[in-house]
Amino acid sequence: MPAVSMTVNGKPVTGDVEARTLLVQFLRENLRLTGTHVGCDTSQCGACVVHVDGIAAKSCTLLALQCEGAKIITIEGLAEPGGALHPMQEAFRENHGLQCGYCTPGMIMAALDIVRRRGNDLDEHTIREQLDGNICRCTGYHNIVKAIAAGAKAMAKGGARQAAE
Amino acid sequence: MSATGIGATVRRKEDFRFITGQGQYTDDVVRPGETRAAFVRSPHASAKIKSVDAGAAKKMPGVVAVLTGFDLAKDKIGNLICGWMIHSKDGSPMKMAPHPALASGTVNHVGDAVAVVIGETLAQARDAAEKVKVDYEVLTAVVDPAKAQAAGAPQIHPDIAKNTIYQWHLGDAKATDAAFAAAKHVTKLDIVNNRLVPNAIEPRAALAEYDAGTDNLTLWNTSQNPHVARLVIAAFVGMAPEHKLRVIAPDVGGGFGSKIFIYPEEVVCLWASRKVKRPVKWTADRSESFLTDAHGRDHVTHAELALDANGKILALRAKTIANLGAYMSTFSSSVPTYLYGTLLSGQYDIPSIYCEVDAVYTNTAPVDAYRGAGRPEATFVVERLVEVAARQMGIEPTELRKRNFIKSFPHQTPVIMAYDAGDYLASLKKAVEAADVKGFAKRKREAVRHGKLRGLGYSTYIEACGIAPSQAVGSLGAGVGLWESAEVRVNPTGSVEVLTGCHAHGQGHETTFAQLVSERLGIPFENVSIVHGDTDKVQFGMGTYGSRSGAVGMSAIVKALDKVEAKAKKVAAFMLEAAESDIEFKDGKFTVAGTDKSAAFADVALNAYIAHKFTGAELEPGLKETSFYDPTNFTFPAGCHICEVEVDIETGKTEIVNWTAVDDFGTVINPMIVEGQVHGGIAQGVGQALLEGAVYSKEGQLVTGSMMDYTMPRAHDLPSFHVGLTETKSPSNPLGIKGCGEAGAIAAPAAVINAITDAIGTENLAMPATANAVWTALQGAKPRQAA
Amino acid sequence: MYNFTFHRPTTVRQAAGLLARNPEGKLLAGGHSLIPVMKQRLASPTAIIDLSQVEGMAGVEQKGRSIVIGAMTRHADVANSTVLQQALPGLAAVPGAIGDPQVRNRGTIGGSIANNDPNADYPAACLGLGATIITNKRRIAADDFFTGMFSTALEDGEIITKVSFPIAKKAAYEKFKHPASGFALVGVFVSKRGSDIRVAVTGAGANGVFRVKSFEEALKKRFAAKSLDGLSIPATGMNSDIHASPEYRAHLVSVLARRAVAKATA
Repeated sequence: MPAVSMTVNGKPVTGDVEARTLLVQFLRENLRLTGTHVGCDTSQCGACVVHVDGIAAKSCTLLALQCEGAKIITIEGLAEPGGALHPMQEAFRENHGLQCGYCTPGMIMAALDIVRRRGNDLDEHTIREQLDGNICRCTGYHNIVKAIAAGAKAMAKGGARQAAE
Repeated sequence: MSATGIGATVRRKEDFRFITGQGQYTDDVVRPGETRAAFVRSPHASAKIKSVDAGAAKKMPGVVAVLTGFDLAKDKIGNLICGWMIHSKDGSPMKMAPHPALASGTVNHVGDAVAVVIGETLAQARDAAEKVKVDYEVLTAVVDPAKAQAAGAPQIHPDIAKNTIYQWHLGDAKATDAAFAAAKHVTKLDIVNNRLVPNAIEPRAALAEYDAGTDNLTLWNTSQNPHVARLVIAAFVGMAPEHKLRVIAPDVGGGFGSKIFIYPEEVVCLWASRKVKRPVKWTADRSESFLTDAHGRDHVTHAELALDANGKILALRAKTIANLGAYMSTFSSSVPTYLYGTLLSGQYDIPSIYCEVDAVYTNTAPVDAYRGAGRPEATFVVERLVEVAARQMGIEPTELRKRNFIKSFPHQTPVIMAYDAGDYLASLKKAVEAADVKGFAKRKREAVRHGKLRGLGYSTYIEACGIAPSQAVGSLGAGVGLWESAEVRVNPTGSVEVLTGCHAHGQGHETTFAQLVSERLGIPFENVSIVHGDTDKVQFGMGTYGSRSGAVGMSAIVKALDKVEAKAKKVAAFMLEAAESDIEFKDGKFTVAGTDKSAAFADVALNAYIAHKFTGAELEPGLKETSFYDPTNFTFPAGCHICEVEVDIETGKTEIVNWTAVDDFGTVINPMIVEGQVHGGIAQGVGQALLEGAVYSKEGQLVTGSMMDYTMPRAHDLPSFHVGLTETKSPSNPLGIKGCGEAGAIAAPAAVINAITDAIGTENLAMPATANAVWTALQGAKPRQAA
Repeated sequence: MYNFTFHRPTTVRQAAGLLARNPEGKLLAGGHSLIPVMKQRLASPTAIIDLSQVEGMAGVEQKGRSIVIGAMTRHADVANSTVLQQALPGLAAVPGAIGDPQVRNRGTIGGSIANNDPNADYPAACLGLGATIITNKRRIAADDFFTGMFSTALEDGEIITKVSFPIAKKAAYEKFKHPASGFALVGVFVSKRGSDIRVAVTGAGANGVFRVKSFEEALKKRFAAKSLDGLSIPATGMNSDIHASPEYRAHLVSVLARRAVAKATA
């Protein structure tokens, strides 16, 4: 089996995987980082969104081998090592931007990518358009939209680091 | 009100683990030696299985076992069942066809499981599953429910003539016909309530582990009601005695009804685990979910409303064909009957109602409860009829509603339900104001200038929740009681665990239930934890569906807390050397009336356990109480939703530009969570009205078999919602709660379609009102309608 | 997914060599069309040749009166290219309308064009601008490149390296999204470059992207939305599915063409 190595949440990792192993399978099954979820098989739902070299990607549509040498950040890598939540995580909790929690990791990772691309002052229309790749069945998006706007603002205020550092 | 008590917006306890990726969903659980299951599923909607050849599959790398429907039958594994008996109008019982977990005789829908491959890895199991050769004799499929009963239609199950499960009715036919005969105006509608795929974002999953040393089986699964799953799998499927089977439903990623039911895959994983003596895990991929999760709705209805010259409703009648799919799912029979016909009075004083429902088999996935379950279908019938009648009679839709609202309570409808409290005028008035209905005419004029048609639609819905008094549902055919249980364990240090028979899969019970306990016992919110979803930990409970956990589940907790307080007072009496009748309890402190003697809750808890101040003869040590609460009535949440749309004249695309909801849920424990439930419900209702619809080809292939074809509502399909509340307390439970989980999904579809038809000026519009459908309606052509 | 061997060439030559040695192999660009199909077990390449490490295949640059885009340039990078936004904003709007942000972060122009999904956006832009598809072997005019649903003029062993778009004075894309998939239910790209007027339609036709000559003729007289008033195309040959009838698709072609011209001339 081919070997693959990458950096995940700041830690170098390696593994022997079948070539057909998806990044999400490598994260969940090899590394036991189960915060990244799988909600569909057609690259639609976004429950699997992680950051690859600083950019949001659907980890169900990437082979692990494509990520050789890449820097991956997953939901588990967002909070400070000391435990302080990332402002976007905090905003989801503060604004009730989640219910069952299953789409949430992908939503938060996608939200950070919106901030990367569109900045910290996000209007509702922009957020809704930019959430096109993430499906939530619980919240009706109302509070997710609020959470992302608030989280983006908080990131500017605190001079918070971007996720994918 | 304390900062964490009843009525307070409290951030959720459960969120930390979810926002940090530390939730534990079924697929996240890994057991030592775990194997993976891949199912071999029928590609045909209807076929006879001539043979199954597993030879090649067994030789594939990593294959642990290949098991077929024939093996299942040989091991005498029982069928899945539907647990609600419905009788036809002629008194005969419903006709339930056998539903084996793996088919061996015939397959009856695309996705019907025939065999399972157990492999070392999922990829190996899937590789081998492709090598299982099944020889089918393909039969003609029955797909359209409206044609399932036709003479000459293929019969899906032997002995079930005309594919008809039951022909049920409710109400007074004669009185209704007489009212229609005397009516000045009759409004008639043909309605298709479109079939939906629940699509909780966490796919269903099951992990079964057999312990040969104890002969115990454990099942982790995506369940809304683990105890009921255990009961059915033990008592009907016969997999293991109830006490030898443990069911754990850990974090569950949304249910919406689809995870109430007992599914073949759970049975097969348990059975296979015992056979291979290793844990067996199966997680659906989304394609499997589309094919095998129980779908929702799928009614074909003709409905009529009779009114007098003043717009007073005289009678309503409806004839519905309900598609239950290829097999009867766990509660499927109740949905188009007692959860549907009983709500056809809406918020209105209607003297006579008559409803007939034929339930039919088709070669499609089973259909069962999906958020709202019967009540969205009823609301759509009533609210479309009322709106169209108003338009036809030239009466303002709100005025016609006002003339017919029920204004005094209790109110006995002609269809079983006795509404106990409500103020329908209040929610309508508040919604009309919040939606700025006054300014609508101006907005409509402005819209035309940029090529848009504006419309306004109302839905003044009612639902019956808090299901339900066990005696009542028992008399209607339910195989179970619908009470709920709670156990309140006070620890010696004064912290509290509540074990509830409810199950949370997004509803936030860990927070709201703790708010109740914190308020009642006067202890910090942080000192309360809620335990649910494990049959080894929690006493038997009924689970979460039908917006019942507040009204029924929390009432059970109240009852247990009453008992805890009573016992604690006894302990305090010994501690404070006072008469028990002199002990008062307030804000977490026990005091002796008229004195300054007091003991804190935690001290009393400790004394209950150390038992130094009383003898065993005087009082049992410990502080832990259990209750089983059976409600005295359903609850009746109701409200008014107003939808405002703009339709692009050129493309037919509808945009929801404003949504106003004013709901009466009785007592609200956590407004933030309640609003979130409303938002989510509306989104699913809008999904049904505008976007979603499961479509089968006439051969029975699911055309909408993925999220590439089945339109899931996305953020840009929806607006932000304006949500408000009115409050009349439910008199039927100690907290006055009515329930809020399904309201949005029940109210929304009628509001959307009423708005679009208002905009385009024709009533001839089916759901989902896609851009194509609306454009077609605008051309004056006939879109898809009931057959 | 079936298993395969995985290769990461660093030159186009190596990639071509690997393709030659693996006749059942497939090139992997962004992977956002190929991997989903492989997951469904609808494609079973024996070898995957990942082009991501090949030097010089990504980037947007202006070369004279053309915009040249490397085949491995991701949708997001094309959409955000300042060079492109200044020279040919109508084209920049096309990748910005593809899929969703995460798809745009990985999907590439070369992958999209080589796949020629009948509902994809880029084929409309290529045909609508008269682009030239440049491979390791030759240059192919867009008019000759798209030969039908999921079918192109690419031969075995041929690798798209660049796409060259002539800079049109006026150009715009209008898309009506498929509500579920986000692909084009109908997409219309219009352009005017001197006397070369093009109207290219994706999503609508049963054989993939096509040009609407009658619209082009009308726009030659005057490049204005009004010139298309009253013009329509027949529903025959239009795609039909649960989301759009042939009649509706044909109607959308007219509506979107008018809107695109209006946008291009605004």
